[in-house]
Amino acid sequence: MYNKKTIIPGLIIFVLFVTFPVWFNGLDAGPVPKPEMPQGGQKECVLPADEMRASHMQLLNEWRDDVLRDGGRDVVTVAGKEYRKGLQMACMECHTSQEKFCDTCHIYASVKPYCWDCHITPEAATKKKETR
Amino acid sequence: MDNQRRKFLKIAGASALAGIGAPTLVKLTAGDALAAAKAPADGHGAAAKDHGPEVPAGIRLAMVIDMRVIAAKPHLLDKAITACNEVHNIPDFGGDRKNEIKWLWKASFEAVLTDKSYTRLSKMVQNTDFPVLCNHCENPPCVRACPTKATFKLEKNGIVAMDYHRCIGCRFCMAACPYGARSFNWQDPRPFVKKYNNDFPTRMRGVVEKCNFCSERLALGQEPACVEACEGAITFGDINDPHSEISKVLDKEFTIQRKPTLGTNPSVFYIV
Repeated sequence: MYNKKTIIPGLIIFVLFVTFPVWFNGLDAGPVPKPEMPQGGQKECVLPADEMRASHMQLLNEWRDDVLRDGGRDVVTVAGKEYRKGLQMACMECHTSQEKFCDTCHIYASVKPYCWDCHITPEAATKKKETR
Repeated sequence: MDNQRRKFLKIAGASALAGIGAPTLVKLTAGDALAAAKAPADGHGAAAKDHGPEVPAGIRLAMVIDMRVIAAKPHLLDKAITACNEVHNIPDFGGDRKNEIKWLWKASFEAVLTDKSYTRLSKMVQNTDFPVLCNHCENPPCVRACPTKATFKLEKNGIVAMDYHRCIGCRFCMAACPYGARSFNWQDPRPFVKKYNNDFPTRMRGVVEKCNFCSERLALGQEPACVEACEGAITFGDINDPHSEISKVLDKEFTIQRKPTLGTNPSVFYIV
């Protein structure tokens, strides 16, 4: 191998540079977020917790398309409880705090969904009432 | 050598002839067969399709606005506009024409029914504001203009709907709409919404919005907010159903639509 002296240190520097985010924090991904459970004591959701955790965004997109494009505004009944399709009308009825529930994981995973540009959180609604 | 060239030219000529002739031949023979197969399924056949009005199918929600009632009680219109604004979290920019968001608004006869003559208008027409809203056209030009399919016609009930998630704010639909029924959010509307209706979202900066015929209320079996607030000045229903209340009104009264010459076929009718 030619230029062994430059190639090998070069490769090592490259690998270290690329894996910088991994080792810089001491191989630790930081404290796992603990989203706040519903204050009303609700235990059931429309899907099991791990499925919701993994694919709530797909479900929300499906609901959105049902409601807006196919006019399917019927309620979803799970375990005897009726849920209206919608972030504002179903999810945030139980998970009332965007900051303490949604944002905990979204910030951890560095995703920035724009749901709340339009959809009103219960917090925003109460704030509006106070100021007026 | 010559013999071969002669043969080649013959084959080439025959092939060319066959190539040009075959599609025509297929068209001629298969055309008859297709027509024969199609005719019984159509019922009245092609003749009825080419001439006379199309037979309406499905639900087509529409509105009849009785201006005689509104002329007598103009406060009803204000009530309807307020109801609409409250239900849909519509911001109030206080007379700022550039930012203004309109779902249901007031305009004069000249501005609303532009293709009518107004040499001598009756006092009633001169002194009354007309309610204007999205016409939910049968042939909506905004839908054709939208490059992202953010606005579309619901085949289920004929409502021209919006999906704000998809709107990129290009405003082609605003240019296409001959009725000015669409408004653009030049800024975040939230600070200008007086009170939130928690069951309906607001919009964000950079999207176009318009009347949705209260789709969300219809799903709950309620009438549109303006219809409810107007106490009988507006009739709402399916005009494809000959037994609906609105069909009876349309059968009885002479109604006009906005700019009928454009061929959009609006679903909002006025009794003047």
